Amino acid sequence: MPKDHGIGASSKRREDVRFLTGKGQYTDDINRPGQTYCYFLRSSVAHGKINGIDTSAAAAAPGVVAVFTAKDLEGVGGVPCGWQVTDKDGNPMKEPKHPILAEGKVRHVGDPIAAVVADSLAAARDAAEQIELDIEELPAVIDMRAAVKGGTAVHSEAPDNICYDWEFVAENKAAVDEAIRGAHHVTTLELVNQRLVANPMEPRCAIGEYDAGRDEHTLWTTSQNPHVIRLLMGAFVLSIPEHKLRVVAPDVGGGFGSKIYHYAEEAFVTWAAKKVGRPIKWTADRSEAFLSDAQGRDHVTKVELAMDKDGHFLALRCSTLANMGAYLSTFAPCIPTWLHGTLLAGNYRTPLVFTNVKAVFTNTVPVDAYRGAGRPEATFQLERTIDKAAREMGIDPAELRRRNFIQPDQFPYQTPVAVVYDTGNYGATLDKALELADVKGFAARKAASKAKGKLRGLGIANYIEACGIAPSSLVGALGARAGLYEAATVRVNPTGNISVFTGSHSHGQGHETTFAQVVAEMLGCSESQVDIVHGDTSRIPFGMGTYGSRSLAVGGSAIVKSVEKIITKAKKIAAHLLEASESDITFANGQFTVSGTDRSIDWGTVALTAYVPHKYPISEIEPGLEETSFYDPANFTYPAGTYVCEVEVDPDTGVVEIQSFVAADDFGNVVNPMIVEGQVHGGLAQGIGQAMLEGCTYDESGQLLSASYMDYAMPRAADLPNFVVDHSCATPCTHNPLGVKGCGEAGAIGSPPALVNAVVDALAGHGVTHIDMPLSPGRVWEAIRAARH
Amino acid sequence: MPKVSMTVNGKAVSGEVEGRTLLVQFLREGLGLTGTHVGCDTSQCGACVVHVNGESVKACTVFALGCEGAEVRTIEGMANPDGSLGVIQAAFQEHHGLQCGFCTPGMVMSAADLLKQNASPSEREVREWLEGNICRCTGYHNIVKAIMAAAATLRGEQVAAE
Repeated sequence: MPKDHGIGASSKRREDVRFLTGKGQYTDDINRPGQTYCYFLRSSVAHGKINGIDTSAAAAAPGVVAVFTAKDLEGVGGVPCGWQVTDKDGNPMKEPKHPILAEGKVRHVGDPIAAVVADSLAAARDAAEQIELDIEELPAVIDMRAAVKGGTAVHSEAPDNICYDWEFVAENKAAVDEAIRGAHHVTTLELVNQRLVANPMEPRCAIGEYDAGRDEHTLWTTSQNPHVIRLLMGAFVLSIPEHKLRVVAPDVGGGFGSKIYHYAEEAFVTWAAKKVGRPIKWTADRSEAFLSDAQGRDHVTKVELAMDKDGHFLALRCSTLANMGAYLSTFAPCIPTWLHGTLLAGNYRTPLVFTNVKAVFTNTVPVDAYRGAGRPEATFQLERTIDKAAREMGIDPAELRRRNFIQPDQFPYQTPVAVVYDTGNYGATLDKALELADVKGFAARKAASKAKGKLRGLGIANYIEACGIAPSSLVGALGARAGLYEAATVRVNPTGNISVFTGSHSHGQGHETTFAQVVAEMLGCSESQVDIVHGDTSRIPFGMGTYGSRSLAVGGSAIVKSVEKIITKAKKIAAHLLEASESDITFANGQFTVSGTDRSIDWGTVALTAYVPHKYPISEIEPGLEETSFYDPANFTYPAGTYVCEVEVDPDTGVVEIQSFVAADDFGNVVNPMIVEGQVHGGLAQGIGQAMLEGCTYDESGQLLSASYMDYAMPRAADLPNFVVDHSCATPCTHNPLGVKGCGEAGAIGSPPALVNAVVDALAGHGVTHIDMPLSPGRVWEAIRAARH
Repeated sequence: MPKVSMTVNGKAVSGEVEGRTLLVQFLREGLGLTGTHVGCDTSQCGACVVHVNGESVKACTVFALGCEGAEVRTIEGMANPDGSLGVIQAAFQEHHGLQCGFCTPGMVMSAADLLKQNASPSEREVREWLEGNICRCTGYHNIVKAIMAAAATLRGEQVAAE
């Protein structure tokens, strides 16, 4: 019988009621008294020198309050980068300034040049058309392979457009080279992990307000981490101390990474609200989101995998060009390095790994973390290469993987790429996925497809990811300019109900339900007695926010720590009330009992006593029942799993139809299975979107060709199958109190290689060995044609 | 500025609008009905779907003035008279058919129109119908499940919860 509440129950989401009745409050739903509207005039060219900007006509246009350009922003800092990567020679990465409004040059289509503040959005937009720009267009740097040859530089600080040239693990380089030279077989694959756009359905929005009476700034913004925005914007851009700056991220309509970063528009509305003395709202339209939200992926990689005669992996060598775009977004430098290189062991015992990553500036929108962030790229490299290796070696792809798995008795497992996996069982998810996919019946299905002129293929991919990036001491050593803990306050109110203040941020993940389940389980109360508060720096003690599948593993652990402190204190109060020794008090199902007796008091009595301390050990403990904790994890968590995809390809048209998709994940313990499965569905859709549909495309001059939903192929309902998901092969995390690993990104990490492997399997008979994503009908058809000739 | 009058969720409303004011702007900014969302500028995403005279319409694509005298229904008008969730809304909660909630109002309004036109859609028909509603969170799996379940409930069938 499944549980109906607490940990393990598929509790229905409490947040749904407001979303289903139109009562959600997203940033653009907020309007402030006297509010003005902001419109940004953005560059229409990818690279150019600004010779002049004449804003006089715009400033005089009806309804216009003010027009700003870079020269008005004296004393305002650039958008900071939160991670410094050190290159192979020990030098810091090139870190050119990222101005709030373009200074002297524009560096990508969409780079903001001027901001018009007006009484209405229409007035601001109309006035912006009257700004006279004199921009001398320069040659644009778009293709990374051309960029690194130099010639035209995006930034004068980086004449060859290289931000950093990174090697990892540098000490392994010679040994890897030698292993590859002497190997029985080396499989080589060159591949592209194409640029994607995160596209949360809610476009970004920011409202700045200044209270002159109190000298306080407030920013409402579409953010995954309001405290991080307060820290970056307050300390590095606007010099506003934290106690005078409130950042609120109310209901946020999806993020997928793109709402982690501090953006220029947030700083601008906060700064300008004080200048104009009125609140300022800016809301991106979708085209603007395509031109200004940080984008994802965009790697070009060569992989070499060395094997012995039995297919045992001996060494892996990779080299990658990773696109940074025109400026460094908040966490951009760490994505292709510490979130990518450290995952290149995958689920396997490969003893030697070396990778070289060159981060490249181009005249394109900045690139940063997008769902998975570095880990999808690492997984794609490995799992595509292993599939190719299996074919070249004549070994079954599942068997080749199994032969190289880290074994269950090898944990904790020190990989050759720095990280230590705490636990896992990769054979279990492989077996489970193959069973659920009915691989035994594949041959018959393939024959049936063939009979109707179709080609059927089966693709397998394993993945491992590192979630809950931590501990702070480690990430600091790797270049993070922040700690990566999480904070939580648990407040028991006088009548026994509970308010939890978490630094995690929910923008679709269902924290209000999941976190309440955890607290209710621990305190033996109903979930309805627990309220989860997030997203407001004035209410939450501190927080690093939600990304990297960290909320439950890190934020949830902080809540657990606070609840444990609450229970400890409550036991002291109960002991006093029951006139017993504290060590004799047990707490279960909301009752404090003197062990071995029938004497007990309930939770409500203890809570009330804490606030009405008439009969109270006042000399020993303070009144009140509220505890705050900061949890800094000992290690990453390592979710892993196996995905199996079956496709049917029409060789005459190149159309790929997904016949089935199975995901067997090891997320450790699961608090709310319904929500976890929903997270996997969403991740799979984004991964399948990458594999089959999506691609962010610039032309040679740097114009973004895919800047709307008419041009960028978002997955629609009819593009996707029903998914089969399973999370029964659980090996609980060994170092956090809930034993949880994180589930938000897995689907997007494991699904692209599973799908591409399936299509290549279908086309193997035609001699196709690789197709770059997205596998559009045109590309598939061309691959078939090219292989034939 | 011209004046427009219409009935929204059963209530007579009117307001002054510009000729270029879209229905979605009138609803959100003029009437404060912010449940109807704007997710794109090319009429693709469907976050703004409302009913005009009983049919689902993208409110970002019609002018407010074009709705003079119309009966408009928004997500705020979809609950039962006692405030409890309507059948489609309840099915979305029961089957976890929403995550961030931003596309949800449009999904519910679109689904309501589908089920009015076709009481027994196949799963394929549901997926095809949602061509004009984009969700980035759910992978549509549970949205489709919710709509199929709502259809069964509206037909008076018992549905096993999962």
